[in-house]
Amino acid sequence: MEELFSVIGNAAFAASILRVTTPILLAALGAAVASQAGCLNMGLEGIMLFSALTGVFVSSLTGSAVWGSWAGLAAGVLIGGALGALLGYLVLTLKTDATLAGVALNTIGSNGTVFLLYVWTGSSGISSSHKSFVLPDLEIPLLKDIPVLGTIFSGQNVVTYLAFALVLALIFFLYKTPLGLRIRAVGLNPDAADSVGINVVRMRYLAYILSGVLAGIGGAYMSMGYVSWFARDMTSGRGFIALAASAMGRSTPVGTTVASLLFGFTMALSNSMQTLSIPYELVEAVPYACTIVALSVYAYHQVRKSKKARK
Amino acid sequence: MSEILRVERVTKVYGNGILANDKVELSVKKGEIHAICGENGAGKSTLMKMLFGLEQPDEGEIYVKGQACKITSPSVAIGLGIGMVHQHFMLVDELTVAENVVLGYEPKKGLVIDWDKAADMTREVGRKYNLEVEPGLLVGDISVGLKQRVEIVKALLRGAEILILDEPTAVLTPQETRELFAELKHLRDAGHTILFISHKLGEVKELCDRITIMRAGHTVGTYEVADLSEADISRMMVGRDVVLKIDKAKAAPGEVELSVRDLEYTGDLGKKALRGVSLDVRKGEILGVAGVEGNGQRELVEIITGLREGATGTVTLEGFPLLGASIRESRRRGMAHIPSDRMVYGVAKNQSISFNILAGKTQDERYTGKVLFKSRAIERDMEALAREYTVKCESAQQTVGMLSGGNIQKVVVAREMSSNPTLLVADQPTRGIDVGAAEFIRRRIVAMRDEGTAVLLVTADLNEALELSDSIVVMRDGEIVAYYPDTGDLSEEELGFYMLGVKRQTKEEVSGVVHG
Amino acid sequence: MSTGKEGKKRGLLHDTASRFEVIRMVVAILIGAAITAVVIFAVSETPLESLRCMFFGPIERVRYLFNVLELMVPLIFTGVAISVVFSAKQFNLAAEGIFFFGGMVAAVTAIALKLPKGLHAAVCVLLAALLGGLLGALPGLLKYKWNASELVISLMLNYVCFSMSMYVIKNYFRDKNAGAIVSYVFEETAPMTKLVAKYRLTTGGALLAVAACVLLYFFLYKTRWGFAIRSAGENMNFTRYAGLPVAFAVIGSQAISGVVAGIGGAVEMLSMYTRFQWTMLTGYGWDGVIVAIFAKNNPKYVPLAAGFLAWLRIGADIMLRRTGVQMEIVKVIQAIIIVLLVAESFLAKTRHKMVVKEATAEAAGAKEVA
Repeated sequence: MEELFSVIGNAAFAASILRVTTPILLAALGAAVASQAGCLNMGLEGIMLFSALTGVFVSSLTGSAVWGSWAGLAAGVLIGGALGALLGYLVLTLKTDATLAGVALNTIGSNGTVFLLYVWTGSSGISSSHKSFVLPDLEIPLLKDIPVLGTIFSGQNVVTYLAFALVLALIFFLYKTPLGLRIRAVGLNPDAADSVGINVVRMRYLAYILSGVLAGIGGAYMSMGYVSWFARDMTSGRGFIALAASAMGRSTPVGTTVASLLFGFTMALSNSMQTLSIPYELVEAVPYACTIVALSVYAYHQVRKSKKARK
Repeated sequence: MSEILRVERVTKVYGNGILANDKVELSVKKGEIHAICGENGAGKSTLMKMLFGLEQPDEGEIYVKGQACKITSPSVAIGLGIGMVHQHFMLVDELTVAENVVLGYEPKKGLVIDWDKAADMTREVGRKYNLEVEPGLLVGDISVGLKQRVEIVKALLRGAEILILDEPTAVLTPQETRELFAELKHLRDAGHTILFISHKLGEVKELCDRITIMRAGHTVGTYEVADLSEADISRMMVGRDVVLKIDKAKAAPGEVELSVRDLEYTGDLGKKALRGVSLDVRKGEILGVAGVEGNGQRELVEIITGLREGATGTVTLEGFPLLGASIRESRRRGMAHIPSDRMVYGVAKNQSISFNILAGKTQDERYTGKVLFKSRAIERDMEALAREYTVKCESAQQTVGMLSGGNIQKVVVAREMSSNPTLLVADQPTRGIDVGAAEFIRRRIVAMRDEGTAVLLVTADLNEALELSDSIVVMRDGEIVAYYPDTGDLSEEELGFYMLGVKRQTKEEVSGVVHG
Repeated sequence: MSTGKEGKKRGLLHDTASRFEVIRMVVAILIGAAITAVVIFAVSETPLESLRCMFFGPIERVRYLFNVLELMVPLIFTGVAISVVFSAKQFNLAAEGIFFFGGMVAAVTAIALKLPKGLHAAVCVLLAALLGGLLGALPGLLKYKWNASELVISLMLNYVCFSMSMYVIKNYFRDKNAGAIVSYVFEETAPMTKLVAKYRLTTGGALLAVAACVLLYFFLYKTRWGFAIRSAGENMNFTRYAGLPVAFAVIGSQAISGVVAGIGGAVEMLSMYTRFQWTMLTGYGWDGVIVAIFAKNNPKYVPLAAGFLAWLRIGADIMLRRTGVQMEIVKVIQAIIIVLLVAESFLAKTRHKMVVKEATAEAAGAKEVA
């Protein structure tokens, strides 16, 4: 137990929370945006995988250590947005069940990336044979020299900062702009939105595309920041955890961020505990088990609350 | 005063073949409050939907300020200066008043919404028309009366000159109704035109200048309200077009089967839906519950049948308490229920006719052994039931969703009646279906009564209420306001007086419906 | 109007709805095949050979045909498992994890117990079924009691099942003499008997797979409990109104799905392996979704759907070995076909045309009679 506390009490551990939270947070924000418009994005996992592979592929293609990773990020974002639009097309236009459409997109993502990876590298497991580039870490002047805080908040990957900036941007977008208001209105009461001439389907397309873009950034970070290669199924359920985070955060940017940090914490914990004598497999299960417990507790409270409200 | 809105020979036929509006005529003057009155199903809602662009007329013309218009969507209607306050508010509870008011028309300051401006706009309209609402409140937190005010503000802000209000007082307390009327009069004096749809004749008399009466898809006529008494209006609304005659013997009521005492229920909006309802239904009797829809009938039925919880009072079926009992138990004890909304509760529409009839009999030993269904018996009997209830189909394997409304209802009726119930709760059993199917179902209800079943018939159709019921109660505002032990010499006119609030009986007269 | 006899003779396909469904399935599969062809032409140096391998490869050798059958077994189990929950419209996708977990339970039982041949395998399977049922019921219970999303919870459960299984194997049953992470070899009494000595298909596995389809078909379509499940999947309001057991439909369907998935994992373990050697999730749970959709959630059609899928997989495998085209492409194509199958508006115009055509034909027929 002492060992455990010495790990958690470490500033490096706090820094690692931010590191592992980043992809979950980005995908969770994607889930939240979709959910704000009343849509379910079950395909986050697949979108992240495609973006991760695209990022590595494009950055490797450029051969530039300076801007290659940025080009990769841009490409990953584009692919993410395109897949978001595709999901929107399936759900909104072809009227496919959102869950099954998401499952299909994940299947395509999981297998399609392996297929493309093989076509590209000749390996169906990992892209490391082709040199790709990572997005830079940022040392924050002044902050980096402060002990503890510097360790935690400086020197993180640029995407980590971007992710938290996006939380603010999303708050601004959803609560300050006309488009954000319309997206929320469409999610809360589509009939009301429709009755004042808002195009419900168009708003939902937009939400799916934004959702895809956010998941795309998360995916690109996975292969160009978190690690420096693409590996098959490298997202290992982060898309699903993101869904849970969004559900628990009631799909608000702040709530989703808090929930993502919670999952980030359990993941970081599971990573750090691997150095301890606790068996790896038990530790590995922690984030997923926590999600189940957290979701159940959350659901229980929702039920109690609505019962109270009725009384 | 000049004419601001004119409807000429407008006809609307719905996809299921129902003629909702038949050469309807309407002329509305600028600056008046114009009432549209008619029974449920008279075609008022259809007409209003066409005026607000939610439906398109098949024939006829609509003129706004003398210009012929094609109102293809709500946006077009709004552009023409037509605003509508729906009965079910089109508001987002989780947003503030100001957000709701400006939704879709947001004032901007650079990229962002100018909230101060939005609040000012809300306040300004409020001040100008005496409709003040605090812009910063969450819509979910304000009273129903205020929500309605927000809806009106919303319409006015979008430039509405003609305001359609669809039964606006149905959800309001008397206090709120008075306030609304003051607001509406103020609006009229400011030059706005108001179309006021209502069943409440007292309100029409109090508020409106002119009235157009609709009946069975036609317009009966347009009159000065001052020239008519409430009784006159009621008579014109309920005058019968099709005389419906069901041959039936006089009822021979037996013991009390269903007993309801002091039933109280408060709905989701905090409005009392049932105020101390007591009634008995005896074996071999059809007790009709007449009334304009939305006066507590739906709640009464859902509480008796177990679909709705949270009522106080007692409901017993042959002494067995139904409140809190599972639906399965109530049904096992002899309850059957023809629901008013057949697509929501009545059928599983992508399943076969056979499936839907069997749904009520899965425990029946004729159809299931200890483990397996008795497929042959099921196939034979479901097929036979489909035939017996004249469901028009090739076989009982056909999907229910492909049938017409009348045939779907026959499937529901076949399931409910073939379980040999001792109590049948029939809620709007013939609504929206063709004449033939309706007649068939009515005959079957009478036949069930003759076999000794107690029938509670809830219907907004006066013809049906009078022809089918042996005795009848009228519900208004969550209460029973009239009881007639014998419908033989009761006229529709008389019934209409009670439904529309022109008259009400004393407590002693009403208590006759309690037999035990 | 036709008489009863005629109506029956024309059979299933006379119903416009089912005829349309068949057309839709064919078109979806054709589109899938076309995309496959395009992709293969793009990436393969010998596209025609690749295509031939994929679609006709399995027929070349008896061994390949047996491979198809062997692959069908797990697909049938997860396909049936998913069919049951989808029939109740419960999106419990825990079959993936439970299949894996069931395999572990069977492996552990096969190592730890000493029982007579036959009984040993039966105990393995029963234990896996029991634990699988409990795991499957968990999301159902949470859904019914507190309306927690069975979808997200079951997805998380998959990872937990995986980790727990690996934990048990690695920490208690790992054969440290073997190079890879594998368990000890099973007791000889545990594995199921091969149907034909040379191939891995087992009598027990084949029988249990067939039994799963038959029993669950009867359960879903011929018993009152199955009736409640299908009713809940179609219209929950109606199910409540009709007094059918809603709680059973929600929780029971998920528990049963877990039982079937657990058995599937155990059967796979005792048929194909002599020691536990899985190191990642098998993916059969996800395949089960595809099988269930192809089979329209009816266990009766599951063998057909599983056969179709297994055929393509083995074909793709042959294609990979002969021409080097990755077999993942098959899963991509399957997903595309699935989307087309469940997309309500896909070919909606055709459907409308068919309905109109039938309506006019009927009207004309009515005139003739008159």
